[in-house]
Amino acid sequence: MIETHLSLLLVVIPLLAAPVTAILPNGRLPWLLTLLVSWLCFALAIWQFMMVMDGSVISYELGGWAPPWGIEYRIDTVNAFVALIVAGMAAITLPYAMLSVEKEIPRDKLSLFYATFLLCIDGLLGITLTGDIFNLFVFLEISSLSTYTLISMGQKRRALTAAYQYLIMGTIGATFLLIGIGLIYAETGTLNMMDLSARLPAVFGHRTVHTAFAFIVVGVGLKLAMFPLHLWLPNAYTYAPSAVTVFLAATATKVAIYVMLRLVFTVFTIEFVYVTPTDSMFMLLGVLGVIVASVYAIYQQDAKRVLAYSSVAQVGYILMGMGFASAMGLTASVIHMFNHALMKGALFMAVGAMVYRIGSSQISQLKGLGRQMPWTFAALVIAGLSLIGVPGTAGFISKWYLVLAAIEQQAWFIAIVILGGSLMAVIYIWKLVETLFFQTATEDISIKEAPLSLLVPTWILVIANIYFGINTELTVNAAEAAVNILENVRQ
Amino acid sequence: MEYLHGHYNYWIVILLMMVGFYTVISRGNLIKKIAGLNIFQTSVFFLYISIGNVTGGTTPIVADGFEQYSNPLPHVLILTAIVVGVATTALGLALVVRIKEAYGTIEEEEIHNQDESL
Repeated sequence: MIETHLSLLLVVIPLLAAPVTAILPNGRLPWLLTLLVSWLCFALAIWQFMMVMDGSVISYELGGWAPPWGIEYRIDTVNAFVALIVAGMAAITLPYAMLSVEKEIPRDKLSLFYATFLLCIDGLLGITLTGDIFNLFVFLEISSLSTYTLISMGQKRRALTAAYQYLIMGTIGATFLLIGIGLIYAETGTLNMMDLSARLPAVFGHRTVHTAFAFIVVGVGLKLAMFPLHLWLPNAYTYAPSAVTVFLAATATKVAIYVMLRLVFTVFTIEFVYVTPTDSMFMLLGVLGVIVASVYAIYQQDAKRVLAYSSVAQVGYILMGMGFASAMGLTASVIHMFNHALMKGALFMAVGAMVYRIGSSQISQLKGLGRQMPWTFAALVIAGLSLIGVPGTAGFISKWYLVLAAIEQQAWFIAIVILGGSLMAVIYIWKLVETLFFQTATEDISIKEAPLSLLVPTWILVIANIYFGINTELTVNAAEAAVNILENVRQ
Repeated sequence: MEYLHGHYNYWIVILLMMVGFYTVISRGNLIKKIAGLNIFQTSVFFLYISIGNVTGGTTPIVADGFEQYSNPLPHVLILTAIVVGVATTALGLALVVRIKEAYGTIEEEEIHNQDESL
């Protein structure tokens, strides 16, 4: 019974829990319900992932309408993997959120905050599970609208302008996607992704299809912060409440990248990529993103902002993997999606723990803090090493596959950019480490170590960073299975 | 000529799209930006409804003597998109109210001056 409706339950449970959370009295209760829902979703996501790990596909027909007429939820290894990332990060962020959110959000807004959080989780899970392209747009808007709200709940007033800016850019992106979907619907008369993938090759030469593709790539590109379209991201991540930043940095851009992978490689297929300059475009934007965003990250004066720009750079690596348009490149992209969620989650959690204690993430105020909060500081260092790509950490595995993909195509320049990007990551992580540990605090005040409920989730992610750097079985197998599906989708 | 007036609805779509998009980019007033965004979204609604039209087709209601119907699916899709658009507008305007409370202005330039950003 549960097994047949598994995929739908992942979407329905958070959706139903959200209004319940909203009417609960403010206090710990809304948090507790959200926590339970997120853990339940995580368990379901693991179960679902186990079912499709061997390459089988779950097809769920909503309301019993057979696809392509009805809406189909189609779960294969790719989206089960992304759903696992989303549910997993939600499950790990919520224990962290309890104290962090109580400190940053006014008490009378707590139940509404958690209701919005649930809607955000719901939207992101929905995007990953659906096999219907219009349904995808609707879920994208559910997650986006709740994200704007979550960001605007930051303490500083600049959170409001950051949310507004994101709302304008995000809506333009979503509307572009809508235009693209309308145009391919006009060409093919279908909205089911599998059906589209079968029908589109017949009309590849039409200009409408090319226009639709351009609209879709730009629209989704805005959502995933593809290099010149990333302008909303640094402010949004900097001014959002810490727990929100952790969750968004680890999942929102990843889900958007999944949408890009799915639409480009499954719906439009790799043949379309070969007849258009899509792969070179991804490569160019990826390279520019890594270089420019890393340089920006070095010069930021706010720890959260450093990490936000670093996120733009990491998206650049993932785009590079897509730009190779090879099995190895895509494998690197999918692996880095997972690993980046782990490392950025841990880094933002560590910075969030410092914000919890001193109320600011300005680098000038963090002087000497590492000695007073040794555990938080150690977590930041290890996650930072993972971001750089030091062997023994998860980050190394993604960089390794990316460099292998570059060598495979003898793209030496790209390999140099990947290594150069890592060196720039050394600089901005060192800048944080130097301030935190080697500079002495201007005032001699004693600051306590972060509370356990913040430290434990941070360290779980840090240990995951090390674990997945040594035991790569899960990530690499899942990524390779995912790439098989993305590339040979038309059976 | 046929190309021009035969596709007049699509010309209107393009015109509205550009007007809306340009307003979003060029105006500094936060309310005007939202208005531009609305016009931009409305143009897409027109696009979908134009796609659903079948030459010689009637309203999609089953009745004797009518064989050819317009495609109702784009209309249904666009109903959903309209709901999304309304939600976005409401949220956007709510943010503008909060920005006005926090900054005392809704002009982008003055907000940037206050924050000393840019």
